[in-house]
Amino acid sequence: MNALALRDAVAEYGTIRVLGPLSLTLAIGEHVALVGKSGAGKSTLLSVMFDHWRDRHPALMPQDLGLVPTLSVFHNVYMGGLSRRRGWYNLVTLVRPFGRDVRVILPLLERLDIADKCWTPVGELSGGERQRVAAARAIHQGGDLLLADEPVSALDGPLAEQLMTALTTAYPTAVLAMHDVELALRFTDRVVGIADGCIALDEPSHRLTAQDLLPLY
Amino acid sequence: MWQSATVRTSLGFIALAIVCAFFADFQISTHDPWQELGRLMMGLVIPDFLAVDFLGEALLRTLAFAFVGVGLGAFVGLLLALAFHSTWVRTGCAFVRAIHELFWALIFLQFFGLHPLTGVLAIAIPYAGIFAKVYAEIFDETDPQPSRVLPQGSGRAAGLAFTRLSQAWPHLVNYTSYRLECGLRSSAVLGFVGMPTLGYYLESAFAQGLYGSVGALLILFYVLIATLRLWVRPRLLPFYLLAAPFLLGSGLPIVWSNVSRFFTQDIVPAPLRNGEGIGGFGAWLLDLLATQALPGIWNTLLLTQIALVITGALAMVLFPLISRHFTGRVGGTLGHITLVVMRSTPEYLLAFILLQLWGPSMLPAVVALALHNGGIIAHLLGQRSNQLTLRQDAPHGLDRYVYEVTPRVYGPFLALLFYRWEIIMRETAILGILGIATLGFYVDSAIQEIRFDRALVLILITALLNIGVDVLARRLRARLRLRHNVNCEP
Repeated sequence: MNALALRDAVAEYGTIRVLGPLSLTLAIGEHVALVGKSGAGKSTLLSVMFDHWRDRHPALMPQDLGLVPTLSVFHNVYMGGLSRRRGWYNLVTLVRPFGRDVRVILPLLERLDIADKCWTPVGELSGGERQRVAAARAIHQGGDLLLADEPVSALDGPLAEQLMTALTTAYPTAVLAMHDVELALRFTDRVVGIADGCIALDEPSHRLTAQDLLPLY
Repeated sequence: MWQSATVRTSLGFIALAIVCAFFADFQISTHDPWQELGRLMMGLVIPDFLAVDFLGEALLRTLAFAFVGVGLGAFVGLLLALAFHSTWVRTGCAFVRAIHELFWALIFLQFFGLHPLTGVLAIAIPYAGIFAKVYAEIFDETDPQPSRVLPQGSGRAAGLAFTRLSQAWPHLVNYTSYRLECGLRSSAVLGFVGMPTLGYYLESAFAQGLYGSVGALLILFYVLIATLRLWVRPRLLPFYLLAAPFLLGSGLPIVWSNVSRFFTQDIVPAPLRNGEGIGGFGAWLLDLLATQALPGIWNTLLLTQIALVITGALAMVLFPLISRHFTGRVGGTLGHITLVVMRSTPEYLLAFILLQLWGPSMLPAVVALALHNGGIIAHLLGQRSNQLTLRQDAPHGLDRYVYEVTPRVYGPFLALLFYRWEIIMRETAILGILGIATLGFYVDSAIQEIRFDRALVLILITALLNIGVDVLARRLRARLRLRHNVNCEP
């Protein structure tokens, strides 16, 4: 697989430019954190990346999670793998899941500490639990590239670290929009700072401290 | 998914409908149904617009009755809405709206005869009941804060106008214009009982086998409804409302002696009229219940439950036609046209046409109810689904329908379906006039035999049945919405 590149990417809402033009190249195997204050353009950049690299089938974890509240945790996670199965198989799964899928998804939920909620509708879960379901869905989807927008914003302490570990080990290459600077530095190899829709900083994580990122906020 | 209350409720309804289907009478009894259907289709493809004067009159009268009836209903409904906290007003409104326009028309026909007042009141009375309820709900949803902070001594009327009315205005206008569309359908259907509107001309064109004229009438009616937003403008409305009463036609004069006879003799139960006392009245009532009301109620319930489930299934299949998550621009436009035709055709008219084609059984009634109501729910559901934002990597096709969209719109879908439950039952009863043995059949027969006392009792029973279903639907909605709020709202 070649490196992933964006060249002079822009994004506009109506006539207002909210992003770019910016260029960015990701090496394979690189975990990149996008940091910057809210409204700087992190989510827009992730969405542009998704459109740009669509043919590489990236897994997406949007900020609003995109879960279906009336379906159970199992089904929401299963949705990550919809494209791998035939239509009739998915239809049957909706009514009655196959054992082989349950055997794959249940251990994943156990790793994220939500196995007890497997058959609960997502609408009944708390914010932190939903975020873990969305992460499980992204992990279940599989592939080479993960694009995640604030994947641990509703979690703290050990749970946040557990989820960051799970996501970064599941995906060799990942772009994660983060607001927790400490976590970003610990779990990624490279930090890209966004300000006013442009790249304001691009450094390897090990050269940075939390102090260095303050001017971005 | 089986533990979800909405799914279990749906399965219960489906099972009930299957059981009902075993007791229902479905058959096609005409000699060559498809040839008839072919001739009707040819009539739609090659409509005959040459019968201009009667086409023009049919449309003009249909419009006039709709405007006067809905206008009057809205005015009275607005006044009633302001007094809706009173139990008497609420009960009265529930009662008048539980009786179908056609039943009102049949009642008024007995004493006003073919005078325009019959048609106007037949629309205005049930509509006033509906308007009162919905307007009151709209008022309740306005923010009470502005009226609390008004300076003392602002006056009741001014306070109302500046706070509640001005907040509710856009919603009131919205709902009233939707009701005008319904009023046009009601007005067209009143022709089937003798008012000079579209249904009257349609029935005679059918009787004479003039399928070209049938096609022309139907097409003009669809165009009228589809272009409603173009020619019903707020500025033109006063003009329409002023002109409409003069365009109702003269009809036949009212014979006032009929009016007094109706109230003092016709509707008094026969045993009481003949001095047989309470005992005779009891026997009379029991006989009426056993021989007419019970079979009528049974058939009405059977037909309603079957039609309800088929309506729901049709709506779930059709809503993707106008949903931007499934169709492009061209497909969406075609879908819109399909649904407009489906929901603009009144059930009664559809059932009438299908009955001509297939002969009498429950089949035409079920198909007519499902097509019309399915079209309406599919339209609303499609709009609802267009408000959803799916994630960028959402699946396509069947997976999208089954996993992304349906679970999200299923709660609203059930709410809409339960809301139409009472409407479907009201229509089912009325379709009896066409010869299907629901309650309307027995009402119509009683009127033909000039036994208005019986007709009135049967109409009262129909109204109570409708109120009962309405209460049940509201309970179910409340119960499921409780779960719905917990599960479905993010």
